[in-house]
Parts: sequence; structure tokens; C-alpha cells
Amino acid sequence: MGKIFSRMGDGSALWLTEDELRQELLAGTEDAADRGKISPLNEDELERLFEICASPQKVVSVEPGHEVVHSFDAGTLKFPLRGGVPVDRLGTVLAHERAFCSDTFEVGHCDYSFKPVKAIIAEERQSMEQIQLNATIPVYYGAMPNLGLYTKPDGPVDNWSELLPLGKIAEAREAQEEALELAVKDIYYVCEAMHEAGADGINLDTVGASGDADFMAALRAVEKLKSIYPEIHIEMGMAGEFVLGMHGGLEYDGIRLAGLYPHKQLQLAEKAGVDIFGPVINTKSNMSVPWNIARACTFVKACSEIAKIPIHPNAGMGVGGVPVSSTAPLDAISRASVALIEIGKADGL
Amino acid sequence: MGGVRTAGDLVARVMASKALRVNEAKKYVADKLGLSVFDLSDSQVMREVREELNIGHVLARPGGAIGIEAKIRIAELLDIQINSVNRFKSKLGLSLLNQK
Repeated sequence: MGKIFSRMGDGSALWLTEDELRQELLAGTEDAADRGKISPLNEDELERLFEICASPQKVVSVEPGHEVVHSFDAGTLKFPLRGGVPVDRLGTVLAHERAFCSDTFEVGHCDYSFKPVKAIIAEERQSMEQIQLNATIPVYYGAMPNLGLYTKPDGPVDNWSELLPLGKIAEAREAQEEALELAVKDIYYVCEAMHEAGADGINLDTVGASGDADFMAALRAVEKLKSIYPEIHIEMGMAGEFVLGMHGGLEYDGIRLAGLYPHKQLQLAEKAGVDIFGPVINTKSNMSVPWNIARACTFVKACSEIAKIPIHPNAGMGVGGVPVSSTAPLDAISRASVALIEIGKADGL
Repeated sequence: MGGVRTAGDLVARVMASKALRVNEAKKYVADKLGLSVFDLSDSQVMREVREELNIGHVLARPGGAIGIEAKIRIAELLDIQINSVNRFKSKLGLSLLNQK
């Protein structure tokens, strides 16, 4: 066998010998196992990953009958905004339903954060009502907790990113606690309106982007929503594989949030009432795609083994073993997807 | 899975509404439709099934259900609650108990 075509985590081409590919896979799973204190992939799983990564075909796939469903983040942002196609959100939803054959879809505002949506909730609700009349596939409403938006000058709270370098730890923590209370109120306000509009569910996306207080706001908001609307469906997609300890002292159900890896995040999401959990495993751009795929599968498998709810790992640019590129190559995307389904035992992507 | 071209939307609905893992959700849908799990992602099989049940498909046709009409049938067929269907019926003054 000649050299195997692969890629680096930044998307650039890479050619590996069989031995080099096996070493990359082993190193990737060992890195995840070491960081997450979880089991590495076994020999059979590594051998299957080798077959997936070494396939000479450009695009690989699962066997017929083993497909999983897709959910989205930033759904209606991608076609009209990122792609620049002049079509409204209803048209975007229907294009994804009838042309792209998406299993589900997600409507979001261009700011994609709960705080700015609050001011235009009537228009958002009206859009969701129209979309629900016309769409057959499940359509969620998605946005980020985005705690950073609550800091001055855009918000009322002192900026902890400015306070921390000054050594004002107590003040930084207090600011985050204040911001998370505001975020819980806003998330609840928007989600309640979208539920009343007929949304099939809520996608709390990029959770933890501002650290542990951001994750706490999402968990508390889910808990509150579920206590009042037990039937509401909530998907929680994370921002990164590791919860940053911007506060450091926040606990949910007695568990410190800072430093949690996906399988621990999942357990808290389940306790809060989340219905679908989307773990994120960051792609390292200076490591190979096989290394990143093995690493992602190790974390996702650790989630799947203990999950009581479906797992939809994020598999897109820069996460889930997919290269850090806005035009991620199909060869890499398809390999990461198959690996996450077959080895990670994902229920969806 | 292929959305309304296959049974992807149906599996996704059951997965969310009953918090089932993917294999359980597929079996649930297959049993309700009287099909095998393999058939659910076969666009040839599912086109005929979806058209016969009139639950929405990628191909538009006269009288073919889309949107809320298709979802009312899907809720009945899969015995699940669909938020927009419940609210639509509520607006019309129809009892949820009359869903079947």
C-alpha cells in the first residue's frame, strides 16, 4: 500500500504511511483518555478507524440502515447570510426540507443570542408561527446564552475579562453571577414565546462560550423551562470540550462546572432536563485529522456509554474531528461523521 | 437520514418527543409504519409510503399534504405530541382528545 491521503486539522493535505496512520490514531485516543480520565478506544475500534481513515474513496459512508439524524446550529444563518442567497427564513427552511432533505432544522436570528432576540420577540414569534404552518420537518429555535453580551458597554454588568487581569477576582465573580441571572431570565422569556409559537423545540447552542457561568445559565434556564413546560424539547449544544473556569466556583447539583469534559457535562444536562445533548470536541489544527477523529470518538463514546438521552456530537468546521475550515473538505467530514456514528455510537450529528 | 425524502423527520420527532436513542427511535417508527428499520432510509420505499399516507414528501403534487396538514397526520400515525399541531387545533377550538 502506498501512502494514505489524509489531512491536517487545518484542512491541508497530508500523506501518511500505514504505521504513521496507526500511530496518529493511537496518540489521539490516548490524548482524550488522559485529559478526560476516560477509557481509550480498544484495538477493534482503532482497527475500524484505520479502515475508515485509510479508505481510498473520496467520500465514505455508513452501511444502509445505519444512518442517523441531523440537527442544526445556526440553521437559518447559513444559507441566506453566510451563503448570501437572497431568500427569507421560511424559504430557507423549505429549501432544507425539500431540496437538502434535512431531518430537522433550526431557525435563529442573525445575532444568534437570546439577549438581542428579546427586543424583537414578537417578530420572531410571528416568523416561527408562519414556518410551523408550512414546514413538515421538526423546526427548532436556536440561540446562544452568550453571557458576554451582558457586560458593559453593551450590557449592565462589569466586564470580568477586564476585572480578572486586574486581580479583582471577587468583583469578576460577582459580575458573572449577576450576568447569569439576567441570562436565565432572557433565555426563559424567549423560549417561552417560541414554545407558544409552536416551535418543535429549543436549541441552546454554543453553551459555555463565556465559561462556567454561561453553562450555569443554560442549565438553570432548562430547569426552569422544564418545570413550567415539561413537554418542551430542548437540545443543548456545547461551545467547547472543556468548561472554562472564568468564575471557577460555580456548582450545579454539587458538581463544580469549571473543567468538566463532555461526559460530565452530559450528566448535568440530563439532570437539568435536556432531551438531546451535543458534545463538542475541539479540532487541533496542528494535528492530523486521524488524530483528531480518534480523539473525538473517544470523548463521544464516553458520553454514549452513559447517556440516557440521545447524543448529537457537533461535527462541523473545527469540531468533532472536522478541520478548522469554513469549507471543510468532504473527505474529512465524511470520515469524521462515519467514525462518530460507528465508534462514538452517536445518535445524530 | 434524508428527512422527508425518507423517514428522517419521523425518527427525529420520535427521538426528541420520547427521548429515545436512535436505534430505539427507528424501531418505534418502523413498527408504527409496518416496515423494517432498513426501509426507513430507502427513498424508493419511503416515497410510496409517504405518498400513500399523505404525510409530506420532497415532491410536490396536487392535493399532497405539506406543513401542518402533514404534521397532523404524523402526530396521529406515530402517536406523538407535536407542539404546532396541538396549538393549531387549540386555535381552531378542536379538542386534543379528538386527535385520533
